[in-house]
Amino acid sequence: MKLTAPLAALGRAVLALVAAIGRVSIFTANTLSHIVRGPFYVRELLGSIIQIGYFSLPVVGLTAFFTGGALALQIFAGGARFNAEAVVPQIVAIGMVRELGPVLVGLMIAARVTSSVAAEIATMKVTEQIDALVTLSTNPTKYLTVPRVVAATLVMPILVGVGDIIGVFGGYLVSTQRLGFNASAYLQNTVDFLEFTDISSSLLKGAVFGFIAALMGCYYGMNSARGAQGVGQATKAAVVAAAVLILAANFVLTEVFFSA
Amino acid sequence: MITLDNIHKSFGNNHVLRGVNLHVDRGESMVIIGGSGTGKSITIKSVLGLVKHDSGSITVDGQDIDTGDRDAFLARFGMLFQGGALFDSLSVWQNVAFRLLRGSLKRPKDEARDIAIEKLRRVGLTADVADRFPSELSGGMQKRVGLARAIATNPEIIFFDEPTTGLDPIMSGVINDLIREIVVEMGATAVTITHDMTSVRAIADKVAMLHNGVIQWSGPVSELDATDDPFVRQFITGSADGPIEAIR
Repeated sequence: MKLTAPLAALGRAVLALVAAIGRVSIFTANTLSHIVRGPFYVRELLGSIIQIGYFSLPVVGLTAFFTGGALALQIFAGGARFNAEAVVPQIVAIGMVRELGPVLVGLMIAARVTSSVAAEIATMKVTEQIDALVTLSTNPTKYLTVPRVVAATLVMPILVGVGDIIGVFGGYLVSTQRLGFNASAYLQNTVDFLEFTDISSSLLKGAVFGFIAALMGCYYGMNSARGAQGVGQATKAAVVAAAVLILAANFVLTEVFFSA
Repeated sequence: MITLDNIHKSFGNNHVLRGVNLHVDRGESMVIIGGSGTGKSITIKSVLGLVKHDSGSITVDGQDIDTGDRDAFLARFGMLFQGGALFDSLSVWQNVAFRLLRGSLKRPKDEARDIAIEKLRRVGLTADVADRFPSELSGGMQKRVGLARAIATNPEIIFFDEPTTGLDPIMSGVINDLIREIVVEMGATAVTITHDMTSVRAIADKVAMLHNGVIQWSGPVSELDATDDPFVRQFITGSADGPIEAIR
């Protein structure tokens, strides 16, 4: 009996994982089906765009700026080992736009937006506000989930674009003020080196990460257990799931775009 | 009007409803009493479809609740939740007029606001409350706003879930009187769940006692004090001795 206990535990874990994937898949399909069917709550969508997009700009800007600056310092120091200090503009550009921009913005959004969405919806569930919505003939998925998911999917490419630009600017500022690069040559190298695919893949990644971040917040909020502990657990689980899924999606998208 | 026939509902191994049979006539005020955790809330949430019952049937005017247009079905109901369940992000008048601002009952914004303020007046709140947010109100005021929201569209059927829980005796009396007045003047069918016997006597035409997952006793409120049902006797006297275990 004891010999099979680890196998039984493993089986339970696998079953739980499969069940969780199934629940998330059904939730995702349900959300997508409501996106294309009315009624549409435009006011809630605009509110979500302001909350998720506009109010995330400071944290996105600061994160990208410091990362771009640190990246320039690292590449300069690392490049000096084989006389390749001159590649700082190109590596900062490609590093920020292809990888660090979308991933860091995605993770910051997971921290800021996923947590707040999960906590808000979980609290609504605990205080019977979700039930109240239903009794008021309003579908909670349409009213709560769809506006947040659509807003995050729409504004994330913009946030990533802003993050990319500020990140490159951070690298530019450190390179020209601290490392002695020529300003116009730095900008010219950056512009010349970037390709359309770099930018488009970055923005597409942003849209996917935004979808994941908002969806996880809504899913865990809607499925929260009762009480303050339930809200806390839902928030924590939502942020963890969003962060892991964003990193996994980043790998898959990078493989798709740049594996050739 | 509302008929529950042999309703069963379990959560895992916890069999909450074990065959509930209940009938509420049109225009009647039915109060369901019972101890905490006996399934009173689950019973009314089953009628609204907020909780899916495992077996049995629930009909409203002879039509099964799982058939027909769901929006039209829900438009017949209003509900006052135990904690008010007001939407934090909306002002008081937007909470009250929630149904009037969207969906099939949508009205122009000014008209919806006027109706909301009228309903707030009906529950004893002044117009200056309309632009406040729920977090700025006391518990009693939140209950009144919840009541105003429940009656905003003049529904045929109103559910009240523990309407006086958490209120002081005076405010409880005010809410009880309001519920009774509103139900009478609207001619609505009302189902209230409570374990507050003062509420029962103020609100009820009929009383049903839920215990062990079934309706243990039901009858007119005038017969409540005269019944020799040991469960009802113990409940209304608040005695620790009797068939209901004091420690659950």
